[in-house]
Amino acid sequence: MMQNKQILHPPKKMSRRDIILTCAAVFILIVILANAENWFGSYVVRILNTCCIYAIATLAMNLVNGCTGVFTLGNPGFMCVGAYTCALLYLQPAVKDTLYYVEPIVPWLRDIHTNYFIALICGGIMAALAAVLIGVPVLRLKGDYLSIATLGFSEIARIIMLNAQSVTNGAIGLTQIPNVVNIWVAFGALAVVFIFLRLLMNSSYGRAFLAIREDEIAAEAMGIHLFKHKMLSFVLSAFIAGISGGLLASLIGAIDANQFKYTFVYQFLLMMVLGGQGSMSGSVIGAFIVTSALEWLRFMDEPINLGFIQYPGFAGMRMVLFSVLLILIVLFWGKGIMGDKEFSWERLITGLKRLGKRRSQEKEEVS
Amino acid sequence: MSLDVFLQQVCNGITLGSVYALVAIGYTMVYGIMRLINFAHGSLFMMSMYFAFYAIGFFVVPWYIAFPLVAVLTAVMGMATERIAYYPLRRSGSPPTSILISAVGVSYFIENFATVLFTGRQKLFPSIPFFTDIITIGNVRLQRMSIVVPVLTFVLLIILMFLLEKSKPGMAMRAVSRDADAAQLMGIDVNRTISLTFGIGSALAAVGAMVWGLKYPQIAPTIGAMPGMKCFVSAVIGGIGNVKGAVIGGLLLGFVEVMIVAFFPALTSYRDAFAFCFLIVVLLVKPTGIIGEKIADKV
Repeated sequence: MMQNKQILHPPKKMSRRDIILTCAAVFILIVILANAENWFGSYVVRILNTCCIYAIATLAMNLVNGCTGVFTLGNPGFMCVGAYTCALLYLQPAVKDTLYYVEPIVPWLRDIHTNYFIALICGGIMAALAAVLIGVPVLRLKGDYLSIATLGFSEIARIIMLNAQSVTNGAIGLTQIPNVVNIWVAFGALAVVFIFLRLLMNSSYGRAFLAIREDEIAAEAMGIHLFKHKMLSFVLSAFIAGISGGLLASLIGAIDANQFKYTFVYQFLLMMVLGGQGSMSGSVIGAFIVTSALEWLRFMDEPINLGFIQYPGFAGMRMVLFSVLLILIVLFWGKGIMGDKEFSWERLITGLKRLGKRRSQEKEEVS
Repeated sequence: MSLDVFLQQVCNGITLGSVYALVAIGYTMVYGIMRLINFAHGSLFMMSMYFAFYAIGFFVVPWYIAFPLVAVLTAVMGMATERIAYYPLRRSGSPPTSILISAVGVSYFIENFATVLFTGRQKLFPSIPFFTDIITIGNVRLQRMSIVVPVLTFVLLIILMFLLEKSKPGMAMRAVSRDADAAQLMGIDVNRTISLTFGIGSALAAVGAMVWGLKYPQIAPTIGAMPGMKCFVSAVIGGIGNVKGAVIGGLLLGFVEVMIVAFFPALTSYRDAFAFCFLIVVLLVKPTGIIGEKIADKV
């Protein structure tokens, strides 16, 4: 069983130093974001936006898997539901008419058009409703069945989306979704979700989730309603995953059901494990690292000529690298970057100090 | 639907069910002994199809030599996965979730690696006249394997049951799945027993894979995932941890799936979703499966 000191010692109030540091960090971040387009160009900004969206999806997964200890793999399914709902509500009726050329769209859906924010929230709500539907039978099960049942749900959702021609446009998918996700929307959404989850984990509900993760039987003996809390965590996670799906739909501009295959979940699993299961800040860090590395390592799929060695390039090589990484992290570095602790200035500063000390010691030894 | 077509569909259902049963045995044995869903099982299933493809299509080995060879190769691969990806975690006493994530990672790795090795393009599994010839019984036309495969499954099952009940390694397996620590104290080599379990399960998956390849000849690196998950579903339906249950669950799922497609052609594109709906219903009504026994939690 994992040891968790957070349960015993609730976090102290922020000291003045921490408040100043946080304000400074937020200010610097805002300055960077405001100038990101000029400084880094639109390609990097797009990757940063993708990072944010994947970070939100990873946070959703971390809430159930890492914090509540319920191993689910239904994330792509919820993202799929969220993406489709959001896109269908946000597309203009005229655009829908041109998209549905195989079979006309059902009339009641055709005329609905809302602004993006409402569409996004509706996407989250639909995903949450799906979670309620699937959670009632499934969450009564023990861990192992649960993972396969949620994976199954994810596939069911995808297959339904693929075949409900007059509602989702089937295999053709939806295109021409206007892109409203700029860097402010992406980082704003991530900030809102992150702060909400941190507050949640510090509330009595969050404590109950952690207690369930540590020991279900003991938690139940202490009067925690297992099913109610697991359900809450599962539904909230689905809501957040739905939101990330809606953001993704708008960012990419086109969605089809096969984007949300269950293999998609492996990516989030890697991000979560790399960041540390149970750590919200870890999930964000993991998501940023993995997403940008996935972009950066694209050169592996193409031929490289190093002069003395010819590397022919294999399509899919970087995915091999990532799956190996996932196994290696689980095998040798089970805690990930953050373990199950959250980011704090205190830890960062003491860590840096220790690093500095070691450096100076090494220098002394050399001299 | 005429009687002939119906009988043909029954044969199809039993063949598909036999494949599910063979693969499900691997899931159920591993789950019984380690309480682990071996996600990599479906990927091994896919790999053995490629092994057979290259052995028969490329090296022109006759099928009666190639098939056992592929089964052995897959068994070795299954044991290697256990050794590399699960054993270190088991030894260090990591939480079960870590082993599950490792299993997911292995499956992800094998699939991606196969994509690099064999490219994503579909290949055609060689057809073997002995299995794929059409024979006619009365008015019913079917491939010869519709008769061979269920018989083969039955024979393999009898052998397996005999091994589990009577042989020493089989008894060791049952002992380890009941209580690994106590088995160790009694002088059973737990690691070797687990290794053997993976070997047998993977070999049976290879047999299932070759039948699958003969029946649905298009093979691609992603082909193992869906059958793999369905076979796990059949293991759960039959009662996980129980070999007879896996066979019953596999036959039932294969049969019902074929029948639904036969009677309601409109639902064909939903056939993959159906298995999971079936799973959820079974878990709601009888969570322990058809002949499973309740596994008590240790406090």
